[in-house]
Amino acid sequence: MTEMQSSEALPLATEDKAPKPSLVRTSRLGERIAEGAVKFVALTSIAAVLLILVFVGKEALPLLYSSEMHQEVTPGALVSVPGHVWQPVSETPKYDVLPLFVGSLKVTLVALLFAVPLSVAAAIFVAEYAPKKVREYIKPAIELLAGVPSVVVGFFALVVMASWVQRAFGTEHRLNTLVAGIGLSFAICPVVFTVAEDALRAVPGSYRAAAMALGSTPSTTLARVILPAAAPGIAAAIVLGFGRAVGETMIVILATGNAAILDGSLGHSTRTITATIAQELGEVVVGSPHYRVLFALGAILFLITFGVNFLGERVVMRMRRKLAGAAK
Amino acid sequence: MIKVHVLVGLVALFVACTRDNPQTTTTGAQADKTSFTVKGSDTMVILGQRWSETYMKEHAGITIQVTGGGSGTGIAALINGTTDICESSRPMETKEKDDLKAKQKGAVAIETKVALDALAVYVNEKNTIKEIAIPDLAKIYKGEIKNWKDVGGKDAPIVLYGRENNSGTYAYFKEHVLEKKDFAAAVQTLAGTSAVVNAIKGDEKGIGYGGIAYLEGIRALPVKKDAAAPAIAPSLATAQDGTYPISRFLYFYTAGEPTGNIKKFVDWVVSDAGQKIIADVGYYPLPKK
Repeated sequence: MTEMQSSEALPLATEDKAPKPSLVRTSRLGERIAEGAVKFVALTSIAAVLLILVFVGKEALPLLYSSEMHQEVTPGALVSVPGHVWQPVSETPKYDVLPLFVGSLKVTLVALLFAVPLSVAAAIFVAEYAPKKVREYIKPAIELLAGVPSVVVGFFALVVMASWVQRAFGTEHRLNTLVAGIGLSFAICPVVFTVAEDALRAVPGSYRAAAMALGSTPSTTLARVILPAAAPGIAAAIVLGFGRAVGETMIVILATGNAAILDGSLGHSTRTITATIAQELGEVVVGSPHYRVLFALGAILFLITFGVNFLGERVVMRMRRKLAGAAK
Repeated sequence: MIKVHVLVGLVALFVACTRDNPQTTTTGAQADKTSFTVKGSDTMVILGQRWSETYMKEHAGITIQVTGGGSGTGIAALINGTTDICESSRPMETKEKDDLKAKQKGAVAIETKVALDALAVYVNEKNTIKEIAIPDLAKIYKGEIKNWKDVGGKDAPIVLYGRENNSGTYAYFKEHVLEKKDFAAAVQTLAGTSAVVNAIKGDEKGIGYGGIAYLEGIRALPVKKDAAAPAIAPSLATAQDGTYPISRFLYFYTAGEPTGNIKKFVDWVVSDAGQKIIADVGYYPLPKK
């Protein structure tokens, strides 16, 4: 959108000043090439996202109509295998995706449970209380967490954290939902923190000033004015954190133990959608029912994260516009 | 979001690779390649690397690339023509051999036994159990026995560790111990035998399986063929004479008879010089005929 506006606005501006004609022409040409290049890059990435969705969907689609597929697995069978078993390599393959969905959800919720209070509290501190000097150090430090490769976090969870958690909680399995969830919370803390902090800082100073002028203490201002105003943004932070967590692969592959058990226990091993795809896609025969089911899982996961991120971004954008309008 | 894109992108790339270049690497048909690839079994990847390092030192001008991924991955690569030699810890299935023929202009899968491995049953050092019979082991992995006290240990739940389903070790265990029945859902599938070993090191209630070479900081149980048979500990002698009930050959596969430098390498691996290296890695050399 912004490129469109600038492409209309720029020639007008140059016409007004009217420098030497030759200069205008070359700068216009250069301008146009640069603009075109940027636009092309932007469009390419959008096209890539769409193409991936089309590709993944195409590979999964025969599951719906092909009778050849239906001999081994039907869409209905994906949730109705007796005992809800995921056992794709077997004399009679069983593809029940329920344990995988529950697994992904369990790990993600645990991660949010740890990450959200921590990151939101950190965001409140940094945005509202921290002196400028302190903020300058804390904010990048937290955001640096996002740069830690997830395989490193996963390995740490596998080797070190798993033993701590087992000693502390006496869990039956050493690698379990809780360990993976805590590991995953490292990965999503920076996302939730950054978005929440932005939301808090977007609340106009006039709000604070008005609240103070009416005699509220800083804590009342925070609880009654700032937080309600930033609430949509904080909600969006949580939603974006969810999107990031549900798609994370490496940490869960290392720390969950990957047993496809369907239960609500946090002390048991679990298997997520992402880990299943990563572990099994390496060997499946291209075009086989197993292959199609993995792609169907991928497509569904894609839609979930896409939807969730879209929603999150929309909320953030709307809140920003509203607050910007209110500040004037 | 980005993660998903990357994953899906990789998947796309993977499929593109496996699909579109069946003829790019010649598979033994072209004589005297000075650079070739060995791919497959995670169990054998250290072995393959040690072989190639020594071989390359002795034969200047030859480059050998060794990668893992699992026996299934290696066999798929052989079928798709993306590797010259496939390492596998299980024999190729008839269907896979047919696929190879279909995709590689009638090439026949040539099998070479290159080493011997005893599949060890791992437990934690602190586990009090002395031995295990194969039928009990099968019941444990099918989820029918859930407590150590049922097989002569302490009163504690059994925590199951295993490999993911593209592993040759998984396939071998499923066929020879479980008699092709399904693993229990509670089996935690870890990426690689070293991950299994690592997990059992930290878990007193754990049980796992994998190559004998990975035995470090954990114990390998002596195994009984059935309840009445004597318990046999995995060792060079018991693996070579076949008394250890779950020992297996490790294989090289090529598409068609190997020729030129690839044949020289394969011959060297089964020669005394190559077999000498196996013991250093922790597996067993082939029995002398």
